[in-house]
Order: sequence, then C-alpha cells, then structure tokens
Amino acid sequence: MTAQVTGGAHARPCRPSGGVGRTLTYLTLTGVAFFSALPLYYSVVVASRDNSALASVPPPLVPGGNLVANISRVFDTVPFALALLNSVLVAGLIATSVMFFSTLAGFAFAKLRFRGSRALLVLTITTMMVPTQLGIIPLYLIMVKLEWTGTLYALIVPALTNAFGVFFMTQYLSRALPGELLEAGRVDGCTTWGLFWHVALPAARPAAAVLGMLTFMSAWNDYFWPLVVLTPENPTVQVALSTLAAGYVSDYALSLAGTTLGTLPLVIVFALLGKQVIGGIMQGAVKG
Amino acid sequence: MAADGADRVAVIGSGPPAHGREPAPPYGEGRSGRMRRTARRQWVHRVDRAVSPYAYVTPFFLVFAAFGLFPLVYTAWVSLHDWSLLSEAHKFVGLDNYRTLMGDSYFWNAAFNTVSIGILSTVPQLALAIWLAHLLNRPLRSQTLFRVTLLLPNVTSVVAVVVIFSQLFGRDYGLINWVLSWFGIGAIDWNAGTATSHAAISTMIMWRWTGYNTLIFLAAMQAVPRDLYEAATIDGASSFTQLRRITIPMIRPTIVFVVITSTIGAVQILAEPLLFGTYSVTGGPDRQYQTLALYIYENFTKLDFGYASAVSWMMFVFIVLVVAVNYALTRRTRGSLT
Repeated sequence: MTAQVTGGAHARPCRPSGGVGRTLTYLTLTGVAFFSALPLYYSVVVASRDNSALASVPPPLVPGGNLVANISRVFDTVPFALALLNSVLVAGLIATSVMFFSTLAGFAFAKLRFRGSRALLVLTITTMMVPTQLGIIPLYLIMVKLEWTGTLYALIVPALTNAFGVFFMTQYLSRALPGELLEAGRVDGCTTWGLFWHVALPAARPAAAVLGMLTFMSAWNDYFWPLVVLTPENPTVQVALSTLAAGYVSDYALSLAGTTLGTLPLVIVFALLGKQVIGGIMQGAVKG
Repeated sequence: MAADGADRVAVIGSGPPAHGREPAPPYGEGRSGRMRRTARRQWVHRVDRAVSPYAYVTPFFLVFAAFGLFPLVYTAWVSLHDWSLLSEAHKFVGLDNYRTLMGDSYFWNAAFNTVSIGILSTVPQLALAIWLAHLLNRPLRSQTLFRVTLLLPNVTSVVAVVVIFSQLFGRDYGLINWVLSWFGIGAIDWNAGTATSHAAISTMIMWRWTGYNTLIFLAAMQAVPRDLYEAATIDGASSFTQLRRITIPMIRPTIVFVVITSTIGAVQILAEPLLFGTYSVTGGPDRQYQTLALYIYENFTKLDFGYASAVSWMMFVFIVLVVAVNYALTRRTRGSLT
C-alpha cells in the first residue's frame, strides 16, 4: 500500500509518463496478473502428477506426466461425458434463449414508445437486486410439482430470460439502432415484428454475441441450483466436480484433473474472445 | 407518434390501384368495401403498435414472476408451516419457526460467519479493485493482456476455485504453507480455526471477483472527463490526490452499485464453505465457517423446508438491512468535488 502512494505520485493518469511511477505500475500489474494466473497453472501441475509426488516438501512446481491417466480416472469415477454433454446443452440453450428474449425486450424498451415503458424498465433493473437464490426451496417445490427434479428442464426453464440481458440489450440498442431506420421500415409497411426481425435483430448481433458468451459462462459455472435439483447420476460439470471433490478429498490429482477438464473449454474460449467479453462487461457497467 | 401515424395513413390511402382488382369482400362492395378494408388495416396497425411492445417485454416478466418473485414470496408462506417433503400434510405453526430461530445458536453462528467472511472478502477487494482500475486507467502497453488475465479467475467456476484453493491451503503439502515456512511460520491448519478458515475463504472470493470489479470501475473511470485530470495535473495534484479528489467522487454511482451487488453476493456465499477442505454441510466440524446460505442448505438436506424457509426469509431481511446501511454509508461519504 505504501508503494501505491509513492509510486502513484509520479504517474499521471492522463498521459504517458516515464520514470519510477510507470515502472511501478507495470510491476504491480504484472504481479497481480501473476497471482491471477498462478492458481490455474498450479491446478494443471497437480492434475498432471500422482498423489505420492504431491505429498512431498517442497511441492512440485512444474507439470508431470500423469495428466492423461488422471483424466481417465475422472471418467471412471463420475459420469463426466454425460456431465459435459448436459452442461453444453443447458448452457447453449440458455444462452440462445437469453440472447433472443433480451434482444426482443431490449428493442421494445429502447425503440418502441408505450405507456409505462419507463416504469417497467426501472422494475426490470430493480429485479437484478432481488436475491432470488433465497427462493430456492419453493423453487424446488415447484419442480417437484412439475416432476422436473433430476431433469435439465429444471435448469433451463427458469433461466430462459434474465434482467441483466434485457438491460444490456436495451442499453446497446438505444445507442446502436438509428430511429430513422425504423421510421423508414414503418413507411415501407413493416409490422413491429418485421422491424424487429429485419432491422433490430441484425443491428443487435455484436452485443447479442457478447451477451450470449457471458450467459454461457455463468450457466456453465452455475452450481447451487443444479446441486439442489439434479442427482449425481445425471449431473452438470459443476455437480460432477463437486461429487469428485466430496468423495475423494485427499485425491487432489483426481479432483484437479476434473477441474482442469471442466474449466479448460471456457478458458480457451475466453482467451480467444476475451477482448469482446471484457468490452461487454464494461459496456454493461457504464450506466449500471 | 401522431405525425408518424398520419404518414402511415397517407401511404395506405395512396396505395396502388391493385386493391381494385382484388375480389370484393362478401360484406361490402366497391368503394365502401375498400374503405372498410383500409379501416381494418389501420385497426390492425394500431393494435400492432399498441400491443407489440407489451408482448415483447412479457416473456421476461413471466419468467421472473414464476421462477423469481413467486418462490421468494412463497418462502414466507412455507416458513409459517411445519413443512417436510416426507409428509403430505403441512401443519400451520405460525411464527414458531422464527421463535426457534431466535434461540438457535447455530443460526447466530452462521450469521456471524456470514458477516465476518462478507467484510473480510468485500472491503479489501473493493479497495484493491479501485486501485487497480486507477492503475489501468492510463495509456499502458499490453492493456488487453492485463485485462484478460485479471478476468481469468472470474471465468473459473466456483467449484474449481474451491478445489484449487483447498489444495493450495493444504496443511501438510499446500503451496501456501510451504511459502510461509520460508518466513519461519509453522504449518497452519487453515480449516481448523475460525479466523484462518474465514481468511482462506475470503481469499478465494477475492481471487475470483477482484478482476471483475476492477473492470467495472475501469469502465466508470473512463467516462470521467479527461480535462479534470489535466487541470489537476497542472495544479500539481499527485496521482493519489487525483484518485481521492476526482476519480472516486466522479464514479460514486458505480461504487454504490458495486458495493450493493457485492454485498448481496457475499451474503449468499455457499459453495466455498461447503467444499472447502472436506465436503460438509455444517461448514467444518465445529461449524467454524458455516454461512447462512449453507445453513439453509443443511436444513434443506434434512428436508426441513419450513425451518429452512424461515432462515431464508431472515436472510432476506438481513440483506435488505445490510444493503440499506451500505447505501446510506456510501452516499454519505461525499467527495469534495461538486
């Protein structure tokens, strides 16, 4: 913290500056980046070792050759292939649905004038603050009634839309969709649906893609609700991982092989599209 | 809107003569039939304009009402019953569950742990996030690389984070104790103590969320007019002074927003205490790190839904209180820039 004060004293936020402050900024940021990446790197190290190598001081610091063996043990221990399939299905369907319904509602809020639109938008944003996790017991009772417990419906249907998506697309479309384009469409005899389908939807594509990615990630990583409503026999990746961790506590090579496998797809996607994802998060935040 | 409607009428009115060649409608003939058709189209158009917007926003509100709001309200109803999944009859017991709750030391223990972990994870995290955003809010090389790496922990699932950190915090072979041993600190059993387990769990939460909140703050900082900083630099204000006197007052709405969302998140912490070390719904053998959300889950696994709902409802009240206090505090710490 002292480094912050002295280091900052020489740096100017508004223009490039040289000297001590700048070096310290780079050092600090590199340090933070190092600690952000370290646990992920180390989980690969653990996942590629056998347990006897892990029970040693000093602990191993570079990957070993046991990754494939550990991963195949993961598939033997829990239904991991099914879990991967379930997670892809659930996260994919939720992301598609959220993209569609958010663009639809965002189009209405941003570009259509109707009585109460302002109040409804405020209400939408307010619902983001509601800790819906607290309603998890009645939600479970609903699923029991619908006979959806243990099925993927229980995960997909409640997540078909969300307030963040609606807000995000409203923000984007009110900026990116020129009113004249819609007027022109009206003059050409487009119905409101026609305007949505032919004008708004194409214009919304870049933001919808970012929203889709963010939604996919959070659906992939969701844990509490799937844990409550699914069974270990028909799990998502996160439920399967927690089964691994719960049953084989000391077998870190096994649980971290599973973790690596369950995290890797997202990390790769994120590494490729990280810039867009970050742009999306920051866009959604500005007026939050 | 009115002018818009008039345009539309004109367009229809001056429509192509093709209308005349269409078969006459059964209920009219010639000119009057055409007018009726035009009127009907206008009517359809008006309905389309009036109804479509509501239809487009309805799916969101339907899903939220059915799977968000209704369960939350229903929780209050369930909490007034002796409700178990094992029996069909749910006896109405009034406020009995709440009365039990008041004298339940496990509940108060969980409440204490939630507050403790919440403060330990949120306060340093937000301070760090503001500072990092301040560092990133200047022309830097590898700006994107820094941002992507900062967000990497947030892409990692919470289950993965706990498993990874359980290993790192391992008593005998964990990386963290190994590093601490360089400084002559003996092996710490992180799971065992209240303070150490809270510190470990807070570390996990901080690791996962600091980068995310940094980006949110950075987005807000980039909207602050540059000339404010230029003027301050000319006046000889240091970077830290600029952060304190310009940046923080200017991004206060975002700070309020992040404080509230982080608070709501912190109160609902569940996976970390559930999976830290060994899987246990009690949060360690002495409940030393059981949070309120985990206590709800424990009662859920016992199928005692009525009691679990009472805890949920208390937690809801608790969240509203904490958010209100936070809101008041953040609003009050006004900067000097007005």
